[in-house]
Amino acid sequence: MTATVAVLVEHRGDEIAQPTLEALTLARTIGTPVAVWLGADPTDEAVAELGVYGAEEVRVFAIGDRARHAKTAAAALAAATGDAKLVLMVSTFVNKEIAAHLALATGAGVVVDAAGAELVDGRIEAHQNVFAATWNVRTRINADRAIVAVRPNTTQAAVADNAGAAEVVGILAALPELRETMVSVTPVEREEGVPLSEASVVVAGGRGTSGDYTLVRELADVLGAAVGASRDATDEGWIGHEHMVGQTGVTVTPALYVACGISGAVHHRGGMQASGTVVAVNIDPDAPIFEIADFGVVGDLNDVLPQAIAALAAHRAQ
Amino acid sequence: MRIVVTVKFVPDLQSTRSFTEGTVTRTADDGTMNELDENAVEAALLLREALPEGECEVFALTVGGADAVAAVRKALQLGVDHAVHVSDEGIAGSDVFGTSRVLAGAVRKIAETGAVDLVLTGMAALDGLTSMLPTALADELDIAQLTLASSLEVADGAATIVRHLPDAHETLTAKLPALVSVTDEANKPRYPNFKLIMAARSKPVATWTLADIGIDPASVGAIASRTTVVDASPRPPRENRVVVTDTGDGGTQLAAFLIERGLA
Repeated sequence: MTATVAVLVEHRGDEIAQPTLEALTLARTIGTPVAVWLGADPTDEAVAELGVYGAEEVRVFAIGDRARHAKTAAAALAAATGDAKLVLMVSTFVNKEIAAHLALATGAGVVVDAAGAELVDGRIEAHQNVFAATWNVRTRINADRAIVAVRPNTTQAAVADNAGAAEVVGILAALPELRETMVSVTPVEREEGVPLSEASVVVAGGRGTSGDYTLVRELADVLGAAVGASRDATDEGWIGHEHMVGQTGVTVTPALYVACGISGAVHHRGGMQASGTVVAVNIDPDAPIFEIADFGVVGDLNDVLPQAIAALAAHRAQ
Repeated sequence: MRIVVTVKFVPDLQSTRSFTEGTVTRTADDGTMNELDENAVEAALLLREALPEGECEVFALTVGGADAVAAVRKALQLGVDHAVHVSDEGIAGSDVFGTSRVLAGAVRKIAETGAVDLVLTGMAALDGLTSMLPTALADELDIAQLTLASSLEVADGAATIVRHLPDAHETLTAKLPALVSVTDEANKPRYPNFKLIMAARSKPVATWTLADIGIDPASVGAIASRTTVVDASPRPPRENRVVVTDTGDGGTQLAAFLIERGLA
């Protein structure tokens, strides 16, 4: 019998986030995947999708909106994963808090911002790219139980070969009293398309756009990409803070990152340096972004981008 | 009101960061106070300045080797009232849970001379960036926690924050004592002025050992760490990089590169 690997499902309503499917794919390489669903009850379709990606069970703890509290979510997760050798989750700021609570409650060891995990001699080992992805680090979790939070786009999601229907198992347990009160929750209107943190292609604009994102958005459209921005641009109010790629904003690890008019300050590189292929357009030949670009164009993005968009659109039409 | 701000000594982001024998290399030459902790210090100073003179005291607290004192010295330069440095050989190699246990011990010792109402932290440390410390510290202290605050108000014995998550903006409140972690959106940290820099030189830094704060050395440090770095190696630089200068066909070349790589 293989180890149970629990995966905390990231979902918005019934829509399961792509990184959860990636985590299930990773879980299959380590042991027997079970999915843990917190919040309102999942639909049959959602349960079926988790099954297709290899979940043998979907453990449902119907705690509704209380799942917004990290401490409550951690207690629910603890109740649902008592038999798990490893709990996988997507590396987000909130999930890192859940991981910390869960670890303190269960004695588990934690690695967050991981690029992968495996079982080595009965212990979980996780790997990470740290210091703005300039170092590879492998960490062994000494505790019997492990929690690993993985970054999006670090495993290619694939359906399970012998996928069966996942069994739904209801979980109930006492939940902790909270000292914190949620006064209000205002949902953020979601933009069309893939969320920035999960996108496999990101086109980002910085100071060089002078605040006009038209070309950046057009290039993003033709590449099927999410739109990112540098801190300069969000500080100027040219685009919402949720688009900020960087060490304190969104960390992205897409297959392709296109930086337009972004100098590549250290804070920005920290949020995108682990990207697969990096392309940069900047008018300044000394911009640090060129040091990490696989392909760079020194030039005015108002000249370069329209030409690239036209050529890519023509290629697409073929 | 008494406020404790935790600050961390980290390698300077602009310097070359590296690992030595499984832990982050930290030296005074290129180390500094974690930049994101400046927002926590600023939040504390703003709260102090909003109260009548003498009604609020701010402590800066750090944990680490001899070099780490640089982090609380920086906080003194910014204007905090007191500085505490917990230093002990037994702390080396602590994971986030060991570190939070040590910090909690120090906060409890500070509380011996008067209750601590608020613990402020940055949102993450820019060296490890795990951002689990605020949660772990609040759990150790068994107090309320309000994390990732992009704004903070303290009134009538309660703290209220707004936080911006990817899917929603939340407003949360909790009675004091509480721990609040602030993001870099929360405020704009001040620069130390000459007068404060000079004054900071003569301000004392309390240096405490694990024994001073009643923490069992066996419960922290490498010995108690739940994780061990088994390998750390620099990533190879990107190879075959191409930079062209646009002479009229830069966009076409860019598109050709993406198409050739199968990325378009």
